[in-house]
Amino acid sequence: MKRKNKKFQIKLPIETVNLEIIRDFVAHIAQNMGFSEENIHRIELAVDEASTNVIKHAYKPTNGNQKFISIQVTTYPDRLQIDVIDSGKGFDPKKIKTPAMDLYLKKMKRGGLGLYLIKTLMDEVEYEIRPGIRNKVRMIKYRNQNVG
Amino acid sequence: MERFEVFLKDRESVKILNIQGFLDAHTAPDFESELQKLIREKNYNIVVNLDGLQYISSAGLGVFMGVIEDIRGNGGDLKICCAAPKVFKVFDLLGFPSLYEFFDSEDSAIKKFNVKV
Repeated sequence: MKRKNKKFQIKLPIETVNLEIIRDFVAHIAQNMGFSEENIHRIELAVDEASTNVIKHAYKPTNGNQKFISIQVTTYPDRLQIDVIDSGKGFDPKKIKTPAMDLYLKKMKRGGLGLYLIKTLMDEVEYEIRPGIRNKVRMIKYRNQNVG
Repeated sequence: MERFEVFLKDRESVKILNIQGFLDAHTAPDFESELQKLIREKNYNIVVNLDGLQYISSAGLGVFMGVIEDIRGNGGDLKICCAAPKVFKVFDLLGFPSLYEFFDSEDSAIKKFNVKV
């Protein structure tokens, strides 16, 4: 029997208190797909990092309308795909550099570790940036791969 | 909701911060304010006991990075103990063990401050 793709989505206000809900949401789906505990942790952490970036940096602080983050999860027979989506100011993916961690740490630089972690934890990471319209970080984890 | 707690205790001249639960961008400010309070009170020999910590993200790691210069600049240090493998893995991925000392037990971390345990 051919397994169909399944889609799941949540949309939440951009508040750090919602990080736990986001983590639990993706962890639950990954668990149902049969990922190992270690990989579930990797997925949870990567999604937390991407979501934290949105919550902390995607929107300019204003008193205007409430801002939201969407997490769209698609399960395929061979992989789990997670899109973290916002409509904030976006960023230039070309400017993301893999930091030389030893130097980075020696300078005691703080923050900016999230994108490095995401790349390390997931099998594939893609960015689709349309500032003010729709920014998307797509993260993929394969079932039978343990990269990183 | 988010479960995170910080407990402070004294062992000789060393301050022990026992952190429990989930340390992420939501709870990191609580942990940071406890550390800042210790620094303001001129306590620079600190052990952070991660025995009850179930989860850490880079926001939590950022707190360790944010205070270490102040602590070492004043002749002290911040040592980390009792991390579960899952938590230690995150520190390890970002290269923390080359800059912070990690210990398996609170006693061994305290001993490094030349305190009799």
